[in-house]
Amino acid sequence: MNTSIIESRPDFAAIAAWIPQGSSVLDLGCGDGSLLRYLRETQNVRGYGVEISDKKIATCIANGVNVIQNDLDSGLADFEDQSFDFVILSQTLQATRHTEALMNEIVRVGREGIISFPNFGYWKNRLQIMQGHMPVSKILPYEWYDTPNVHLCTLNDFELLCKHLNIGILGRHVMNESGDVNLLPNLRGSVAAYRFKREV
Amino acid sequence: MSGSVGIVSAQRATFEEPLNFSCGKVLPRYELMYETYGTLNADKSNAILVCHALSGHHHVAGSYADDEKNIGWWDNMIGPGKPVDTNKFFVIGLNNLGGCHGSTGPSSIDPVTGKQYGSSFPMVTVEDWVHSQARLADLLGIHRFAAIIGGSLGGMQAMQWAITYPDRVRNVLAIATAPHLTTENIAFNDVARNAILTDPDFHNGDFYQHGVVPTRGLRLARMLGHITYLSDDAMAGKFGRGLRSGEYKYGYDIEFEVESYLRYQGDKFAAYFDANTYLLMTKALDYFDPAQHTEHNLARAFSNVQANYLVVSFSSDWRFSPDRSREIVKALLHNKRNVSYAEVTSQHGHDSFLMQDEQYFAVMRNYLERVAVEVQV
Repeated sequence: MNTSIIESRPDFAAIAAWIPQGSSVLDLGCGDGSLLRYLRETQNVRGYGVEISDKKIATCIANGVNVIQNDLDSGLADFEDQSFDFVILSQTLQATRHTEALMNEIVRVGREGIISFPNFGYWKNRLQIMQGHMPVSKILPYEWYDTPNVHLCTLNDFELLCKHLNIGILGRHVMNESGDVNLLPNLRGSVAAYRFKREV
Repeated sequence: MSGSVGIVSAQRATFEEPLNFSCGKVLPRYELMYETYGTLNADKSNAILVCHALSGHHHVAGSYADDEKNIGWWDNMIGPGKPVDTNKFFVIGLNNLGGCHGSTGPSSIDPVTGKQYGSSFPMVTVEDWVHSQARLADLLGIHRFAAIIGGSLGGMQAMQWAITYPDRVRNVLAIATAPHLTTENIAFNDVARNAILTDPDFHNGDFYQHGVVPTRGLRLARMLGHITYLSDDAMAGKFGRGLRSGEYKYGYDIEFEVESYLRYQGDKFAAYFDANTYLLMTKALDYFDPAQHTEHNLARAFSNVQANYLVVSFSSDWRFSPDRSREIVKALLHNKRNVSYAEVTSQHGHDSFLMQDEQYFAVMRNYLERVAVEVQV
């Protein structure tokens, strides 16, 4: 089961690789809790998820994952400053409304933040736009009219936002269907994971 | 398939050891009515205690052989195959001290005077209840509950258990509850109490000796309370501005459907419930405030809690609003306790916790299935 999670979500493996044994983790938009469950089973991580969907709340509970029902766009008021080793936002950034505020909340609550998101600058996306259409792919599976994704960005855009928010990037892992990407990441990478913290 | 626990019977436990109350009074002996469903396993690890709210009692599930229509107040939640699955768990319901369903309360006979306790019955707190319930657990040989479940005032008892006896509770399911009442809630309770206290038939709580019952006061108290347990939307949906006769009669008899409903509920309640019990229960609600001992810091009040928590609130519950449940969650997060929180969308106000709802029941079922795994049943 664990292997299948990693296969279906390569960003999970990148995220897990940054998290030491026994860390505390807050997973924002945790879905059915599979990342937290994976981290608990492999890394002995103590964690909580935040999720808004009723169905996913019930599934997290069935999975034995701590989950707090909350709307990320209303902030993380229930969580204290620097109360987690890592705050994770996997494949959710692009669907948040108050993205800038949420970034600040992540580095307030977490000693470090980890975010993974689809790279809008991926060449296949660019190609579809050149052909005159909004990109639709396995990673961006929605049509423009029914997408929850309101804040798509490229790697360069994300890095600029971090700079603007005085957030320092500690690590970056870029991937595409064939594996890790080192050369021309903003063009060749379909998904990226970043590790970062508030600059002091 | 889920079903009923079937025919059940109440039992009476007698405790001869004196019980000290928070108010300073002492009961030399007391009795608690209780019912159990399911089977206690060999290592006695599968017990669940269900704590009742203001007007509840020990008859939580099933029905009686001689009164089959008398179905337990949480029968939709508890039974074989139901979220609180009696095929797996041994479930205990009891009537709290001060109650009026057979446990020692104001309408019981004080063995010292030979008369009903009435006004001399001790003011009872949530902490007192928890102490009295612990003795029932001892009697049944249960050291550690798999879970303690309660809604509203029942949730307060479940939380208090985890504070007073941290090693005796594996899981707390705190539903539609709060870490203490809001000012507005205390105010509602006080109006309800005043309805009773100012009823000429109340006789300072010793109405039993006068052969009367302060029905008018109790009825008003219940009508007020009932309004606050519902939501505006739920009442509008159920009754709207519907008129019984279809037209205005320009009088004070029942005209609107909602009046008919409320008066009926008030009459029904006043016919069986004890006015002194109502007063005691509302005071227990008002007094509950575990953070009163920790400079109003709830996180510190929870510092010794070991239990895992499931906290559930309902969107339309304005007496015990979701924000109040979040306070509980926040204090548990501060203490790094395992906690899950579900905010169920429901129209039925505070009463939602007694209603069948797909999401609510899925959350309860899934959580308790994990508890069953934890205690290996």
